[in-house]
Amino acid sequence: MPTILWTDALVFLLVACAVATGRYVSRREYLLSSWRRVGESRSGMAALTVLAVFVLIGLLDSLHYRPRLEAVAGKTANGYSTEVRSALDALLRPLKAGTEKTYSAPLATHLYARETVEQPDGTQARVFPRLRHGGIHLKDPVADWTHDVATRILLGIAIAVLTWLTFAAIIVQAAALHWDVRRQTAWRRIWRGETRFAWNAVFVTLAMLMLFCGPAVALAGGYHVFGTDKVGQDVLYLTLKSIRTALVIGTITTLAMLPFAVVLGIVAGYIGGWVDDVIQYLYTTLNSIPGVLLIAAAVLMMQVVIDTHPEWFATAAQRADARLLALCFILGLTSWTGLCRLLRAETLKLRELEYVQAAQAFGASSVRIMGRHVLPNVMHIVLIAVVMDFSGLVLAEAVLSYIGIGVDPSTISFGTMINTARLELAREPVVWWSLVAAFVFMFVLVLAANLFSDAVRDAFDPRLAGRRVASPAHQGQAA
Amino acid sequence: MIAYIIRRLLYAIPILVGVNLLTFTLFFVVNTPDDMARMQLGIKRVTPEAIEKWKAERGYDKPLIYNESAEGMGKITGTIFFEKSVKLFILDFGRADDGRDIGHEIRSRMGPSLAIALPVFLLGLFVTVSFALMLVFFRATYLDFWGVVACVAMMSISSLFYIIGGQYLVSKIWHLVPISGYAGGLDAARFLILPVLISVVAGIGSSTRWYRTIFLEEIGKDYVRTARAKGLSELAVLFRHVLKNAMIPILTGVVVVIPLLFMGSLLVESFFGIPGLGSYTIDAINAQDFAVVRSMVFIGSVLYIIGLLLTDLSYTLVDPRVRLQ
Repeated sequence: MPTILWTDALVFLLVACAVATGRYVSRREYLLSSWRRVGESRSGMAALTVLAVFVLIGLLDSLHYRPRLEAVAGKTANGYSTEVRSALDALLRPLKAGTEKTYSAPLATHLYARETVEQPDGTQARVFPRLRHGGIHLKDPVADWTHDVATRILLGIAIAVLTWLTFAAIIVQAAALHWDVRRQTAWRRIWRGETRFAWNAVFVTLAMLMLFCGPAVALAGGYHVFGTDKVGQDVLYLTLKSIRTALVIGTITTLAMLPFAVVLGIVAGYIGGWVDDVIQYLYTTLNSIPGVLLIAAAVLMMQVVIDTHPEWFATAAQRADARLLALCFILGLTSWTGLCRLLRAETLKLRELEYVQAAQAFGASSVRIMGRHVLPNVMHIVLIAVVMDFSGLVLAEAVLSYIGIGVDPSTISFGTMINTARLELAREPVVWWSLVAAFVFMFVLVLAANLFSDAVRDAFDPRLAGRRVASPAHQGQAA
Repeated sequence: MIAYIIRRLLYAIPILVGVNLLTFTLFFVVNTPDDMARMQLGIKRVTPEAIEKWKAERGYDKPLIYNESAEGMGKITGTIFFEKSVKLFILDFGRADDGRDIGHEIRSRMGPSLAIALPVFLLGLFVTVSFALMLVFFRATYLDFWGVVACVAMMSISSLFYIIGGQYLVSKIWHLVPISGYAGGLDAARFLILPVLISVVAGIGSSTRWYRTIFLEEIGKDYVRTARAKGLSELAVLFRHVLKNAMIPILTGVVVVIPLLFMGSLLVESFFGIPGLGSYTIDAINAQDFAVVRSMVFIGSVLYIIGLLLTDLSYTLVDPRVRLQ
C-alpha cells in the first residue's frame, strides 16, 4: 500500500516546482543565458553530477509504502504492516535484513569482539565468531577471502566501466546528431572542453563515482562494505538512508521559509510606512535571539506537543516524519530573516526605477506591481539564497541532532549516526568505520553543494561579474 | 553621542519585550504547564496530584496572565507571565528544575566560557585575517587557487568532525593533552589549548573566504592604484591601506559577536567537559529544563542587542566619516 508521508509530499511538490521552472526557463532566452553560464562552470557541473546521484537516492527513499502482511498459518493475509518502507529499502533489502550481532569491520567475515563459543567437543573457547551474513558464502574465510574480494572488486570495476561507456556513448551519439558531425569529432570536442556545457567535467566526475560505486555494489552482495555498527546494522545502509534526511532538511526548510521571506520582504520594501516598521520589528526580534537557542526552545516545545498527542500518528514512521517536518519549519522560522532583509533592501531600490513608476502611472495595482514587476527582478537573490543555504542546513542538522534537538532518534541521519558513533573512537580497539563513512558521505554532499552554489551565484549575481563571495551566514554553523 | 546611545537603548526595549512575548508563547501557551509536568514526570504514571505538586514546587501553579483570585496588584503580579517572564528584565532568572539559582550558575559559568571563547575569537580573527591577506597578496596564482579550494573543503566539514578528529589525534594517539575536563587558575591552560585550537581551525574555511572577498573588493578601488603609483610596496598597500579601509565590513561581522562570547560554545564545551554556559545550555536542553533555556534565550538576545550597539559605536572609531546622531 503506497504511503505518502508529509515530507514525501513536499519533496514531490518541490520536484514538480523544479520541473515547471525548468520548462518556464527553457522558453525564455534571457533566463536561459544565466543557466548556460552555470552549465559552463566545470566545478559546478562536476558538483551537479554528484548531487544528482544523491538526489536520485533521496527520491528513491521518498517512495514509501507499507508492505502487505504475510499470511500467518491458518489465516488469510489482510491488512498492512505498520512498518513504512521505501523503494530504497526494497532495493537494499539484503543490507537491511543482514544485521549482525554487533560491530564488524568493513568487509570482515568475523565479528569484531571475542565471544565465548562452545566447541563441537564440548569445551569453551574465546574466539571471533563468524558473521551471520558477511562473507557467509566463503567456505574457508581465511584462505578464500582475498581471492573473493579481489574478484568482486574487478567485477565491480568492469560494471563501472561498462556503465560509464554506455552513458558516454549515448551522450556522444546525441551530440554527434545535434552538431551533425562524426562521432569521433563529437567526442574530441567534448573531451577538449570545446562544448559550452561542461560535459568533460561530468564525464570525469561520473567515472570517479562509478569507480567507487561499482566495487561497492559488487562487494555489498556478500559483505558489509562499511562494516556494521553497535547493534549490527550495515553502515552502508545507514549512510544511504541518511542522504534523504539531509536533502529534506536542506530543501524543505528553504521551501518553508520562502513564502514568508519573499512576501514580507517585498511588501516591506514596496509599501513602506507602518507595514515596513512592523515587518522590520518582527525580523529584528527574531534575529536577536541566537539561532541555536531559538531552535532549541521551539524543538523542545514541539517534542512536548508530539509526546503528549501520540494518537495523532498511526505509525512510528509518521511520528518521526512529523518531527522532521516540524524541524524543517523551525529551521525555516529562524532563517528567513536574512533573505527578508535582502529582499526589502532590493525592493527599496527597484521601487524608484522607471519601469515601476511607469506601471504606477498606468494604474496597475500594488499587488500586481509587486507580483509582476518586482518579484521577477529579485528572483536571482532568492535563488542564490536557496542554494547557499543548503549546505549550511545539512551541517546544522548534524550539530542539532548531536545536541539532542534534531531529528527523531529513530530517523536515520548523519547527525544520529555521528551521535551514536562519537564514543567509538575511544574504544579499544578503535571502531572507526561508522564515523569515517558518515564523514565521507557528508563531506562529499556538502562540498558538492558548496561548489554548485558558487557556480550558481557566479552566474546569477549581477554585482559579482565572476568574483566569488562567501556569505557570513555560513560562519554561524562553525563550532 | 550619549543621546544616540540612550536612544538606541530605548529602541532595545520593544525588541526585548517581543523576545519575551515570543518565549512566553512558546513555553506557556503552546504547551501548558500541565503538559510540561506530564513530560517531566513521565507520560504514563501521572496523577493530577503529582502534576499539581510539580507545578507548585516550581511556581507554575498560577494563572497565565490574569489572576482573578488575587487582590490589587496581585491580579497582575501573581501570574506566570509576571513571575517567569517580566522578572527576566531585572535579571531575576528564578530557579532551575534541580532547585539551583540560575543567576548564580550563570555568573559562575561565565568565566570558563570566556576562557575558551575569548582566545578563540582573538586567535581566530588574527589567523583568518592574515591568511586572507596572504591569499590576496598571492591573488590569481596557484597558491590563491588552492588556498580557496582548501577553504571550501574546510568549510564542508562538519564542526563535529573537527572536534572528534582533533580529540582522537591529539589526546588519544599523541597523548599531548587531557581529552576533557577543566581546572581553575593557570592549570586550565592544559585543558583549554586543544578546544581553542580546534575551534580556530574549524572556523578558518568560511571566515578566510569571507575576508578574502572583502579585501578583493577593496583592492580594485582607486586609492589602491594611487598608493601603488606612489611606489609603495605591495605589503605596505595591503597592510596600511587595504586593511584599514576594509575595517567597516570586518567590524560589521566581528563586533556583534563579542558580547555573545559570554554564552560560550555549545559543542566545544560539551565535548571537552568545560563547565561553561554552553554546556549548561546543552544539559538544560537534554534535561528539558525550560526555565534555564528561557533564561539563556533572554540573555542571548540582550547580548546580541548590545553587540549591535557596539558595532555602530565601533564605526565611529575606525571611520571619521561616520557620525552618530
